[in-house]
Amino acid sequence: MAAKVVVVTSGKGGVGKTTTTAALGAALAQGGQKVALIDFDVGLRNLDLVMGAERRVVYDLINVVQGVAKLPQALIKDKRIETLWLLPASQTRDKDALTEDGVARVIAELRETYDWVICDSPAGIERGATLAMRFADTAVIVTNPEVSSVRDSDRIIGLLDSKTEKAEKGQRIDKHILITRFDAARAARGEMLTIEDVLEILSTPLLGIVPESQEVLRASNIGSPVTVSDPASGPARAYLDAARRLKGESVPMAMPGDRKRLFDRLFGRRAA
Amino acid sequence: MSLLDFLRRRGSAPVARERLQVLLAYERANRGHSDLLAVLREEIVAVIARHITIDRDSVAIKMDRGDTVSTLEIDIEIPHKAGALLVGT
Repeated sequence: MAAKVVVVTSGKGGVGKTTTTAALGAALAQGGQKVALIDFDVGLRNLDLVMGAERRVVYDLINVVQGVAKLPQALIKDKRIETLWLLPASQTRDKDALTEDGVARVIAELRETYDWVICDSPAGIERGATLAMRFADTAVIVTNPEVSSVRDSDRIIGLLDSKTEKAEKGQRIDKHILITRFDAARAARGEMLTIEDVLEILSTPLLGIVPESQEVLRASNIGSPVTVSDPASGPARAYLDAARRLKGESVPMAMPGDRKRLFDRLFGRRAA
Repeated sequence: MSLLDFLRRRGSAPVARERLQVLLAYERANRGHSDLLAVLREEIVAVIARHITIDRDSVAIKMDRGDTVSTLEIDIEIPHKAGALLVGT
């Protein structure tokens, strides 16, 4: 087995990297894939909390990098999905404890036994962020339709094309834009950048459109990926579709809105 | 531009789009030269300091990007004595 390594990145904070890591990882695992999520946000870990595993953390990424714990000891198995695992970040250590060699070893070991390794990048362009993207085959760039987020995404695209191992070997890293917190009505009124605007400015293909939704906050409140807490909701369907596209399936791009959701609920339908 | 486009484009989003396009074109072209201003400042100060004693903190350097021309503004405060020397020769 040779896993695909995905980095979920953005440059800007608060755009939905951790939510996306949890939801995409869960969506892939719900489809039977074996998935490991790694939190790279040393000192500010949150993937454990969003995944509802905060009370089960014993060892973390830095313990593994430093040889204090073996990888299988540090991986936390999800309680809802059989094939989903989490490697938390350290909350207490110095972020300099994360070394490139150490990260390379952890990822190489995970590559052997998993189908997907998803790296949740910290915000910014410092060490944690560059290490999270360093060994990636594929990047999911989480972008809000808003000027500062788009600018930071452009900067991150520049780093992905120059600072990753693949880029240095002269290979291309596979890049996708995931637009989150999208409000179709506001975009239609000219109050928000449209999907076309963002894609044209960033010249990068689209992986999915996640609508602004209360369900995302509810999911993190209860510590569950949104694809598990309410699979019929707009954001969950967007992430489930995005996960299928990551696997290489061709899924038409839908604009999942609340109206459709209501329609589906009324008629008892579920997304394919 | 069709009527539909016009109606769609009356908000602030077109402004956002245009500002981003201009800014990112510049930032992409300058990737890797982000310290150009600092380098210029150091070299200019070094050249002047070879001839006149100046206070390094009284050198201001500013860059302004226009649509067709950009300007580089260098403001160097010269102490009274050195200034007299300049005018005197």
